Amino acid sequence: MLRLPRFHFHIPDSTREAASILAAEGPDARLVAGGTDLWPNMKRRHQKPATVVSLMSIRDLQGIDLAEPSAEARIGATTLLGDLVRSSALRERFPALARAISSISSPPLRQMGTLGGNICLDTRCTYYNQTEDWRRAIDYCMKEDGSVCWVAPSSSRCWAHAASDSAPILAALGARVRLQSAEGERVLALTELYRDDGIDYLAKRPDEIVTDVLLPGASDSQTCQSSFWKLRRRGSIDFAVLSVAAAVWTDGKGIVSDARIFLGAVGSRPVPVAGATEILRGRSLTEDGIAEVAGLARQLATPMDNTDFKAQWRGLMTARYAEAALREIAGLETQIPPPHHSLQP
Amino acid sequence: MEDSKTRKVGAAYDSTSGRYVGRPFRRVDGRDKVTGVTRFADDLDFPRLCHLRLVRSRIPHGRITSIDFTQAQRVEGFLGSLVGSAMPETFGILPVSQDEHALCLERVRFVGDPVAAVAATSEDAAYEAALRVEVDYEPLPTIASVEEALSNPEPRIHDYGSEGNIHKSVSLRFGNLGGGFDEADMILEDHFFYEGNNHLALEQHATVAVPEDVDRITVYSSTQTPHYLHRALTRVLGLAASRIRVIACPNGGGFGGKSDPFNHEIVAAKMALELGRPTKITLDREEVFYCHRGRHPVSMKIRTGFSKDGAITAQHLQTALDGGAYGSYGVASTYYTGALQTVTYSLPRYQFDGVRCFTNKPPCGPKRGHGTPQPRFGFEVHLDKAAERLGLDPADLRLAHLATAGQVTANWLRLGTIALQRCIEAVVDGSGWRQRRGKLPQGRGLGLACGAYMCGAGLPIYWNHLPQSAVQLKLDRSGGIALFCGETEIGQGSDSVLAALVADVLGVDLKDIRLCVADTDLTPVDLGSYSSRVTLMAGKAALQAATRARDLIATAVAERLETAPENLVFANRQVFDSSDPENGLSFEDAVITAEARFGTLGTVGSYIPPRSPGKYRGAGVGPSPTYSYSAAVIEVEVDPSSGIYRPVHVWLAHDIGRAINPTLVLGQIEGSVYMGLGEAMMEEQAFRRLPRHLSNALVHKMPSMLEYKSPTFLEMPEVTSYLIEDPDPEGPHGAKEVGQGPLLPVPPALANAIYDAVGVRIDQVPIQPHMILQALMAKDKGEEARFGPAGFPQVDFGKTLLVPTPDEGGDGRATNDSKKKRSSKMRGDTGTMSERTEALKRKDGALTTK
Repeated sequence: MLRLPRFHFHIPDSTREAASILAAEGPDARLVAGGTDLWPNMKRRHQKPATVVSLMSIRDLQGIDLAEPSAEARIGATTLLGDLVRSSALRERFPALARAISSISSPPLRQMGTLGGNICLDTRCTYYNQTEDWRRAIDYCMKEDGSVCWVAPSSSRCWAHAASDSAPILAALGARVRLQSAEGERVLALTELYRDDGIDYLAKRPDEIVTDVLLPGASDSQTCQSSFWKLRRRGSIDFAVLSVAAAVWTDGKGIVSDARIFLGAVGSRPVPVAGATEILRGRSLTEDGIAEVAGLARQLATPMDNTDFKAQWRGLMTARYAEAALREIAGLETQIPPPHHSLQP
Repeated sequence: MEDSKTRKVGAAYDSTSGRYVGRPFRRVDGRDKVTGVTRFADDLDFPRLCHLRLVRSRIPHGRITSIDFTQAQRVEGFLGSLVGSAMPETFGILPVSQDEHALCLERVRFVGDPVAAVAATSEDAAYEAALRVEVDYEPLPTIASVEEALSNPEPRIHDYGSEGNIHKSVSLRFGNLGGGFDEADMILEDHFFYEGNNHLALEQHATVAVPEDVDRITVYSSTQTPHYLHRALTRVLGLAASRIRVIACPNGGGFGGKSDPFNHEIVAAKMALELGRPTKITLDREEVFYCHRGRHPVSMKIRTGFSKDGAITAQHLQTALDGGAYGSYGVASTYYTGALQTVTYSLPRYQFDGVRCFTNKPPCGPKRGHGTPQPRFGFEVHLDKAAERLGLDPADLRLAHLATAGQVTANWLRLGTIALQRCIEAVVDGSGWRQRRGKLPQGRGLGLACGAYMCGAGLPIYWNHLPQSAVQLKLDRSGGIALFCGETEIGQGSDSVLAALVADVLGVDLKDIRLCVADTDLTPVDLGSYSSRVTLMAGKAALQAATRARDLIATAVAERLETAPENLVFANRQVFDSSDPENGLSFEDAVITAEARFGTLGTVGSYIPPRSPGKYRGAGVGPSPTYSYSAAVIEVEVDPSSGIYRPVHVWLAHDIGRAINPTLVLGQIEGSVYMGLGEAMMEEQAFRRLPRHLSNALVHKMPSMLEYKSPTFLEMPEVTSYLIEDPDPEGPHGAKEVGQGPLLPVPPALANAIYDAVGVRIDQVPIQPHMILQALMAKDKGEEARFGPAGFPQVDFGKTLLVPTPDEGGDGRATNDSKKKRSSKMRGDTGTMSERTEALKRKDGALTTK
């Protein structure tokens, strides 16, 4: 089987200690939580850190605080995805987020993987997620050790795609993340955590630790409804080849005050459907508005031939899924059958 | 005749009265497998075990210019290395395709071809050392497809084969084809494509080689064919066969993927001998995709003449196989894409042209259904189209023109029993076909298809007249029975079947039987777990051995009890007089009685299949003692706005002859449905070429379990299985195969169901949503409502051999073949076939030959 390279392994029990190890080791150190992304990548020699720092013994990084609906919700970065799937409070307060998380990989991997790990997930590409030997056979690629992006050889950038299922819906819901380093802490909007680049996809510094994910509390005047649709080959295990996360805020009369839609797996970051708010705001959520936003979503998606399914078809499906997600929010019948992830946890 | 008594006694117990046969008994290895007790090859450990890893080619085609181990040797724990020159002898599964080297000598032919090996004290060290071996190459132009192979005869990937990069071409015409087409009321022509796919057995290949005293070695391996591995090891290692012991461990799935002798098996043995240490190698998943030997990608052209009532007047089938970089079973695979077209429906005149090309990709070989699912897919979709054009119900068209039991087909295969009619009726009734087909709401549809498969290949892989399976029984005063057989348990339940057959003849418990299987030192040769042969062949051998043991015991016990041997009943671990049940012995005492009377007790049984009437070159592929039949109906739900679809229900009926263990039969049916759906819906052994002006690379697109898509149980629809029993005299208790046949109708039934649901034809598998959507869009524009290949490659199949059919008064030979097929009177090392048959008859005609 594939084997891990040698490295030093630290298991600090406080964030402060972890941060100081990172500060001392520099970029040669990597953080690991559940390891469901890092360990396979290290086995394929994508990352060869001299030091790996585990966050799993830091109690402060675990836990779900969702009890008070009007208050800001907090989810610790190393909270297990499986624990989130089982949280009835999460399902009640953020059903689309619960749905997205329940669609991540498979039950055993959700029992290892964490929310922080999922939002920091390495970008993916079928030219990249391969063994060292395989990548030598293509003389590597731009993302690592090579010079060409084989998905788009004339391109000057890497087109690896963002594969996190939690990120698009967290972004739609207006989540923020808290980062801590030896120098202190800062809070970023989740959207600011991502860069539109397959290689340098995180705005986080290597010495920073994601400690919490924060979600806004419910407002008295606005109702937030959200939805998450994920397209993939099979009902479990697979990463998304497309996901649509939508959150729509309406007033008591059903008039839309805000709408945020993000697309997963069709860009190097969760792709905002910019302009959706303008289209939908100020009127009720109607079939016309939905169709217009769906068309916009398709234009903004850049599905590439670097994952499962034909890229062109994924583009087509972006419109269909965006439409379906919004129709679900509007209480309209969805014309396409719900994807496999509708199997409820 | 001396054996008439034998037959009579045997016949009394060749009945349904046994305790196990025909009943769902617990498999003998079941408890160990579910509790983790079973030791697979990778579970084996030995003192001083070292770990082996192969260094594989990173270029698709080229010459090795240098191999440098300097950096590898610096890895702590490094023990040794090997290159191709250490094992210059070729090997390969077929005598006509000895084209592999344990490690490439100077040429590499695909990304993944093994070029060197390193051994180290730990798996980590071996892995690290392998990454540090530097190999330089001089690249050669690459060939990625059948079309490229046909248009680029140079450079040749191999310097043998038909010509250029054509490995094998064949053209066979059975009967007056032109006359058949002239008689037709309708001629239909179609093109199909079936993508290649991998077996995806859960257990990756693993081997442990253990050197023993002087120049002896034991090789434990996850192989389906220990006997053929034994032969390959003998050839390459240059050791006498008696110095090499091969033990096939229980396989964690095989499906044909462990039927070739493999590089890693030979290299592990060589390394163990070199280092004098036990050596283990377990492939990673990517390497399994490189070993491959999976389903050949096949392009097909089918042209068929039909009369108005749907009867086939003639068929011309052409197939082009993308073979990958080595021969493997490819010559047989090529023939198999044509051989079994004739066994399901009346097909009086038939031409088959096939070609297999070498390409710079992992070699294809046998996978469940070996070469037959591809043309079966084409044929059954083709029939669906014909039925529609003729205004016939697809089920009725088939029912009206079934092949006849016992007939000799146009291509000279002798058929056994055929329960295909009952199979079709079962799935038609079960699915509500008559009431529901064509009447379901838009987006829902039903499709039907059939299939057939061999119950063991009629001929062994290398020419010989020896038994193809054999069983030895040892009985002693303990009352226990040791059963020795070369067969290999690959999950199909063969151990359980043999134990049950023997237990029923001797009236003992399964627990009284100690199995010793698949060990070339200890067990008599069985050719292996391939071609669905074990239940029939090893089963017949086991019955023969058990009946002989029973006769010995009966003779001795009858003397002691003062009754006639034929009056004795063996049941419930007792042997007693049927007319006076109080007059009897325990089985243990019965054995002691027999041992006292005859000395040490041991019996043997063996099996050779009946001879096939075909005598033309190529007639060796396709014959079987009998054939199994299957029919399936699939109900599918298709979303026309996306092309996403979901099989909802599969009804599958299988002509099993007689179920030895119905639970195992059900398992095989459900497993076949699963695997068939995987191939039909998503599995692809697909490759990627990078832009030619930038790179010479030609790589497997996704050699991982995550990205090579295979269904999970969430994709698995409801399956209703029907076991259709119509005992065939050729099988043990009438049993036929079930390991492969039920896969065959699944892909075409799915394609036919999609057509019924949304009115588009998808003439290739796997069927992807975008194909359905594209075909629907074409349909909306008034274009052909179809997705599939537009044509068939330009191929010169060479001279067509003309073989008159039995109906035309043929003798099974070609009328225009100057090359003489090996005569049955030809004397090999093992005598002539006739002599062998006669010899077996003299000994015991009861169970071996007709």
